[in-house]
Amino acid sequence: MTDPILTARMEANRTDSNTIDRYLETGGYEVLKNALASMTPEQIAEEVKASNMRGRGGAGFPMGVKWGFLADSDPKYLVINGDESEPGTFKDRQLLERDPHQLIEGIVLASYALGVNRAFIYIRGEYPKPARRVQRAIDEAYEKGFLGDDILRSGFSLEVSVHLGGGAYICGEETALLNSLEGRRGEPRLKPPFPAVEGLYARPTIVNNVESISNVPWIVANGGTSYAAIGPERSAGTRMFSLSGHVNKPGNYEIVMGMTWRDLIYDVAGGIRDDRALKTWIPGGASAPWLVPEHLDAPLTIDDATTLGTMLGSGAVVVMDETTDVVKAAHSIVRFFAHESCGQCTPCREGTKWLQDILERILRGEGREKDIDLLLDVSDNISPGLTWPPAMTTICPLGPSATAPILSITRYFLDEVKAYIPVSEVAGV
Amino acid sequence: MSDTTTVSITINGVDHEVEAGQRLITAAEKVGEYIPRFCHHDKLEPVGKCRMCLVEVEGPRGKQLVPSCTMIVNDGMVVDTESEVVEKAQEGVLEFLLINHPLDCPICDKGGECPLQDQTMAYGPGESRFIEPKRTYEKPIPISDVVLLDRERCVLCDRCVRVADDIAGDPLITFNDRGNHVQILTFPNEPFSSYFSGNTVQVCPVGALTSVDYRFRARPWDLEVTPTVAAHDTVQSTAEIHTSRGKIVRVYAAENDHLNDGWLSDRDRFSFAANHAPDRIVSPKRRVDGSFEDVSWPEALNTIAERLGGIAPERVGAIGGAHNTNEEAYALGKFLREVVGTNNIDAQLGDGFNAQLAAAVTPRATVDDVESAGAILVWGPDLKETLPVLYLKVRKAVKNGATLVVASPWRTGLDSIATSVVRYRAGSGQEVLRKLAQGSAHEDAAAALTTGPVVTLFGRASLSEDPRLAESVAAYGRTLPDARLMPLLTRSNVFGALDMGLAPDLLPGRVGIEAGSAGLDAMGMLGAAAEGALDVLFLVGSDPVRDCPDPALAAKALDQADFVVAIDAFVTDSSAHADVILPAALWGEVDGTMTNLEGRVQTVSAAFPPRGQAQSLLEIVRDLAAIMGSGDILPKDTDTASSSLANEAPAYAGVSRESIFFESDGTGVVVPTGAGTQPLGYIPTDAAVPVVTDRFTLHFAPSLYDDGVITRHAESIAGLVPDVTVRISPRDASVLAVSDGASVVIDDFLTLPVTIDADVAQGSVVVPFNQVATKGLIAASAVSVEPVRGDV
Repeated sequence: MTDPILTARMEANRTDSNTIDRYLETGGYEVLKNALASMTPEQIAEEVKASNMRGRGGAGFPMGVKWGFLADSDPKYLVINGDESEPGTFKDRQLLERDPHQLIEGIVLASYALGVNRAFIYIRGEYPKPARRVQRAIDEAYEKGFLGDDILRSGFSLEVSVHLGGGAYICGEETALLNSLEGRRGEPRLKPPFPAVEGLYARPTIVNNVESISNVPWIVANGGTSYAAIGPERSAGTRMFSLSGHVNKPGNYEIVMGMTWRDLIYDVAGGIRDDRALKTWIPGGASAPWLVPEHLDAPLTIDDATTLGTMLGSGAVVVMDETTDVVKAAHSIVRFFAHESCGQCTPCREGTKWLQDILERILRGEGREKDIDLLLDVSDNISPGLTWPPAMTTICPLGPSATAPILSITRYFLDEVKAYIPVSEVAGV
Repeated sequence: MSDTTTVSITINGVDHEVEAGQRLITAAEKVGEYIPRFCHHDKLEPVGKCRMCLVEVEGPRGKQLVPSCTMIVNDGMVVDTESEVVEKAQEGVLEFLLINHPLDCPICDKGGECPLQDQTMAYGPGESRFIEPKRTYEKPIPISDVVLLDRERCVLCDRCVRVADDIAGDPLITFNDRGNHVQILTFPNEPFSSYFSGNTVQVCPVGALTSVDYRFRARPWDLEVTPTVAAHDTVQSTAEIHTSRGKIVRVYAAENDHLNDGWLSDRDRFSFAANHAPDRIVSPKRRVDGSFEDVSWPEALNTIAERLGGIAPERVGAIGGAHNTNEEAYALGKFLREVVGTNNIDAQLGDGFNAQLAAAVTPRATVDDVESAGAILVWGPDLKETLPVLYLKVRKAVKNGATLVVASPWRTGLDSIATSVVRYRAGSGQEVLRKLAQGSAHEDAAAALTTGPVVTLFGRASLSEDPRLAESVAAYGRTLPDARLMPLLTRSNVFGALDMGLAPDLLPGRVGIEAGSAGLDAMGMLGAAAEGALDVLFLVGSDPVRDCPDPALAAKALDQADFVVAIDAFVTDSSAHADVILPAALWGEVDGTMTNLEGRVQTVSAAFPPRGQAQSLLEIVRDLAAIMGSGDILPKDTDTASSSLANEAPAYAGVSRESIFFESDGTGVVVPTGAGTQPLGYIPTDAAVPVVTDRFTLHFAPSLYDDGVITRHAESIAGLVPDVTVRISPRDASVLAVSDGASVVIDDFLTLPVTIDADVAQGSVVVPFNQVATKGLIAASAVSVEPVRGDV
């Protein structure tokens, strides 16, 4: 088992891993000192590219490749996406709260590599404590000369500020996040142009997840190829998973990908509470189609998840045991997406709420046999073909996300859905 | 889009060569493949929100659904607009749009011309599968004095928000809330008080935005459409009159990319009520013992003919004609010159400038030149207040990359987007211009006028501005790179009137009269009348008591003149002085042509006959001439006038109503510049108008809605006339010890509240033009200003 990368310091120093003293004492900012003294920006970018790390925000796009798209026109910006709002996801909170300097060191290294002199950390509005911790860490970093003008007399300057969101899930979508940061409505933008060409304030912008950037100090210290050597080839590195639901040991775990789901749920998370039977689990956040026990021995990698018609997404694994009412669970998720739709495009604004209404009617005992086809057809009108990765009639993937639980319960638990429909409503009776 | 190269695309298996750089939805439409849409609008930036225009485009990962409104065509693009996937997506989007729609089409104004109805028929599902409760809102809610919003009908296409934000620059409506509760709203306590709000009603693809005027008044299939121009200002936006049972129920903008881009100002759109106003003059009247009596047409005309008999021609004059068609103006000019024998004719009211320059300046800019200008200099009236659609065009030009310099004695609507603003004390424009031209000041402004073509829009910022300043600005404008010039007179068809010779020194066709034989201009005629040197005065739809720089002189002139004939539709402060009033036909009641500020001739048509016994000006002067024994001199009708004026005004040859209609694609014809005199070509050296030191100089600033007769009669916009305040500089306010909102007394007789305005020069007071509340004030006069000391 590889040593943890992101959580080593906080595991070893449970009470004060967020302070600059502890960070410095455990070797913090040494990578930065060395890099600014002896590495070119291009060399850092090369290491990140060689690491093959795929973005940890959910889409899984290789970070080094993304950096390569940044248009060469000043000013340009780095924005850290800390709007961790996917239900079941709480990994970034831990990184923000308990090792903010690791993130900041990653930001300085990334900014140096990208030629950025202004970075923003966008943190979800419901995370006041992580935001306070990050702000304190930024203040400390300024005091010690790791941020601000002429960092460590390298000639490189960087300003970093924290922005707290207003409580909208959609602002985790990177272009909605940029709109929110600019003070506009949190609505995803049309792409192209992509942020790397025209992002924050219409300037070239890289948006990276908290976990992704927190890996940068290690990658620069140990080399991209060392990182790439950890775990399966196309799912390199360690990765944070947030386990919740009916497991004995819920929590965040930094693991190497490639193990099986059985390993994760029964070994890492300690199995199902009260030794009940596993019914289903959400493998990668509320947007991901669910898996069922027949998938337990599939390897836990980004590509294998795609093969199963789902994704590792934000690393949120929500486990449901045999006592779970899956129709209610699905309704809860659909209601979430309907509530969080920004409302700018028709299929998402109207379709997600319609799905919610139908599920609520079914749960009230007023369902009709044809409502199952209706649920699927409305879903199809949001995400044509109900394929994976999802096609969309929408501007962004939020709408299609609401169809994932519908697809899951009709695929694996049709009888349970039908059980809600009164006999008199079943066709032919 | 200036790139004229083409790309090859394949739509539904058929290859097409289309213009590069355009959006797929537009390219497809041009080759006959209409893709349904709600949010897409040719004149607005794409937002891709409604998702109705989804089509399949082949890409590296196979066919993908993409919104054709955001997709730029590229070479080799393979598009399917009618595959099963596309049809299902379109049907799905329509179903989504309809599930919460109230389906109140039978009582909806939009019913019958509704894109949602039409596209539901063409692309929608046959029946509804939605059995949940619909979303409801209070309906309708007023978002301004003229526009109502029904949020239940709204499909959230963003067109109205984009018109308000991007086109008009008035970000006063926006999306509120999110998800299923998203709705269009105004900001709390801030109505949608835009001069362009009516455009949102016209572009709304459903019945969500309706106008107070039109609501429940007619059904679209009952409407008769009459092509015309919006005749309130000299832009003369291409428009349509929509009538139902002989009454105008609404005015719509027509698409004219060379002119108004399909937009209208609210004044253009909502002031049609004057045609049907109850107090309109509908029969000839004669003054008998101090009050008006209805008389027959022959009686009225005989009275005038008798009065004109035997009078010396130079003791007759006519002021007005700027609101009439070219053919009417031509007939009026012919009547005065050839029947009466006088050159005392003026369509301006002392509020404009050198008529020869206005009519014949070269090289004259077109509105298209403004749109594609490299730089623009605006030195004249506030475009937003006086020529609002030209204001939109300048905004568009700036968006296209033009630099903009605005020179004005006070803040104007364009200041906020100007590259450079030259602010000067009213009256000192000559001095400022001299420094600008010499390079001794205003370097920023000069630097912003270096990229040609530079279009100079010149006119008078207000009545207190020296009319020679406009001439100097034109002279300066001609020295700029690749110069084009646009004269800014603002009143209706004044350019047509000048082209027809309604100026003391112009003949039809922009031909100048030698200085020695020129007649009196409007102020000259009023002065002569006041001194008893003019006996008969014709007021042709003009109200000099309100509109000329010296109302007192105008009133005295009308009292002193022996005989005043008013050809008007209303009793005004001026026509009230008349001895005979002849009921005049208004816009919408006359066929003919009109000419705008770029020299574009467009047709106007009668939507219905003149009210009551009213007649067109052409008929009035023709009949009067006949009684006077000169019937054969005047044209007998519009067509005769048209062919006759073509002989005298070669520029107008071949621009008859028919030829414009058949040859111009509905956009009109720009007539070539004629043979008038040119600007004097001098850079001024005159000193500034002397500054009055111990008193304040009073200035009138035009505003879009004033107490003009047409606005006053349009119920829906009459309420938008702004409250009258007097603007003074912070320094003067402090010296007078008055605060914002406090009252002051002007010249011991007029009490008005104060607005403190940092853009007003010290020593100046500025009041809105043509308001009942400012009656009696004289432009550019020295006035006293005293604070009102209450019982504090």
